[in-house]
Amino acid sequence: MTTDSVPKPAAFQLDPTQLQRDYGSPRIVFGLIMTGVSILFMVLALIPLGLVLYYVTIEGGSKLSWDLFVALPPPPLVEGGGFGNALVGTIIMVAIGAAISVPVGVMAAIYLAEFGTGKIADWVRFANKVLSGVPSIIVGVFAYAVLVVTFRTYSAWAGGFAMAILMLPTIIASTDEALKLVPQEVRQASVGIGANDYQTVLRVVLPAAVPAIVTGVTLAVARAAGETAPLIFTALFTQFWPNWSNWLLEPTASLSVMVYNFAIVPFENQQEMAFAGSFVLVFFVLLTSVAARLATARRVY
Amino acid sequence: MQPRAASERFFDTAFKRLALIAALAVAAALLWITCIVALRALPALSEFGLEFLVTSTWNPPRNAYGILPSMYGTVVSSVIALMISVPIGLGVAIFLSEDYIPPGVQRILVFLVELLAAVPSVVYGLWGIFVLIPFLKEITPLRGPGMLPAALILAVMTLPIIAALARDAISNVPIELRQASVGLGATRWETIFRVIVPAASSGIIGGIMLALGRALGETMAATMLIGNSTNNISLSVFAPSSTIAALLANQFAEASGLQVAALMYAALILFAITLVVNILAQVVIRRLQRI
Repeated sequence: MTTDSVPKPAAFQLDPTQLQRDYGSPRIVFGLIMTGVSILFMVLALIPLGLVLYYVTIEGGSKLSWDLFVALPPPPLVEGGGFGNALVGTIIMVAIGAAISVPVGVMAAIYLAEFGTGKIADWVRFANKVLSGVPSIIVGVFAYAVLVVTFRTYSAWAGGFAMAILMLPTIIASTDEALKLVPQEVRQASVGIGANDYQTVLRVVLPAAVPAIVTGVTLAVARAAGETAPLIFTALFTQFWPNWSNWLLEPTASLSVMVYNFAIVPFENQQEMAFAGSFVLVFFVLLTSVAARLATARRVY
Repeated sequence: MQPRAASERFFDTAFKRLALIAALAVAAALLWITCIVALRALPALSEFGLEFLVTSTWNPPRNAYGILPSMYGTVVSSVIALMISVPIGLGVAIFLSEDYIPPGVQRILVFLVELLAAVPSVVYGLWGIFVLIPFLKEITPLRGPGMLPAALILAVMTLPIIAALARDAISNVPIELRQASVGLGATRWETIFRVIVPAASSGIIGGIMLALGRALGETMAATMLIGNSTNNISLSVFAPSSTIAALLANQFAEASGLQVAALMYAALILFAITLVVNILAQVVIRRLQRI
């Protein structure tokens, strides 16, 4: 009873349930403005993606037909035609690139994740990151100097070689990560039952990491398929089918270079071809990205 | 118990050696690229020397070569691109690392931003030619290809790099820092600006530098949109310009003799610039990992 008569200091009369945000306070207003700005930036960032996908689908998707995939590119002002040779050329060059970069990349990653200790592994990881930042046009210049000049001809090999160098950093980095995710206990168990190091890696660690490695390779392939700069003066372009009897030692068409070549000509039929070609490229990238997402959702261990 | 067979031991050693060789091949590739480009540039290097860098004529018939306009275009287009993509990329990174939206929606948005980086650059170039340039012609003094559309597309292409790396850096900031800041009475954005972003700064700066390296070396979007004016420098963003990468893409296939050497010299310059930017970026990012 007596306690009631003594008034509490104001600070202790605070009832937490009555607390309210003061929307007039500059701190709150500042926060609300910044939230609005960040939402605005998020929307701004996605607008170009939406617009590019929209135009490529409208302009390119509507031109899709069977002929597109089996016919040769049309001359100016002639209706019809397709980019069968470019599609085959892209597949050949990406395959050459993968055939070089996957074995080298996976072995290099095995060294980094399994055997590499100390300075060498550090330096190789560093070199790999730097290599991934080398502009693709420089890789093209390099492939030109090494292969085109030596063989005195533009070729699918030079294009494939350039692609291999561009794919290598992605494959090494993703395989390295994939191998590191395999728990140490699995390796210990394998060594414990008498396996050699190479048996442990090839029979136990690598199989467990395969889904993630495949994902990395798929993404590298998707990126390489869209690369244009390293192909312009290594594989060049041609209106004709790849010539196997010549061991592919001649200019080879590719989808990306076709899009580039036909984008800068004034002929409407070839421009349509460019849009159809980029629709195929974008669709392929989209498909592999989604597939890669779904594949990494599953883990062996 | 019996000792391992000799063949087993041989395989084991051979396998490890092979792995080591593959790993060293990566470093060797980098050195190989450097040597080849430098070697091929040598004729032009001895012919033009450092004047190559400050001359603004590119005239193959007269064998007069200088890349000042292209260097100017390379740097200016990248800087304009980053002035747009850094704030937007940072905003996206902050938005996607706060709890504004449910994790499911957040993952989809992260995926869409990644997709922005996956679209081939030649497709951006095509879109730029047929949609962006006609649109810009309507609302600006632009009369065709030029610096502005190239820089805008470069901004779109560098944005996902900045957003992804900044988001990584931000999500690596220990949650205790955030809790301490909020516990002291800071609002969400006070926490972001005074605690989170400073703590993540080396990752953010590293990401910005990687994006700069990408913008400097990006070829197709620049070649298709910048107008390829290799002989004069214009301060207007509505005027055509050129970049080193675009110069290479345009002229390499038809070049011969001294022009090839001059182009190799240009490639060497571009390679050196991007190498320095990338190595600095790695060093900055490494500092973050030590914190």
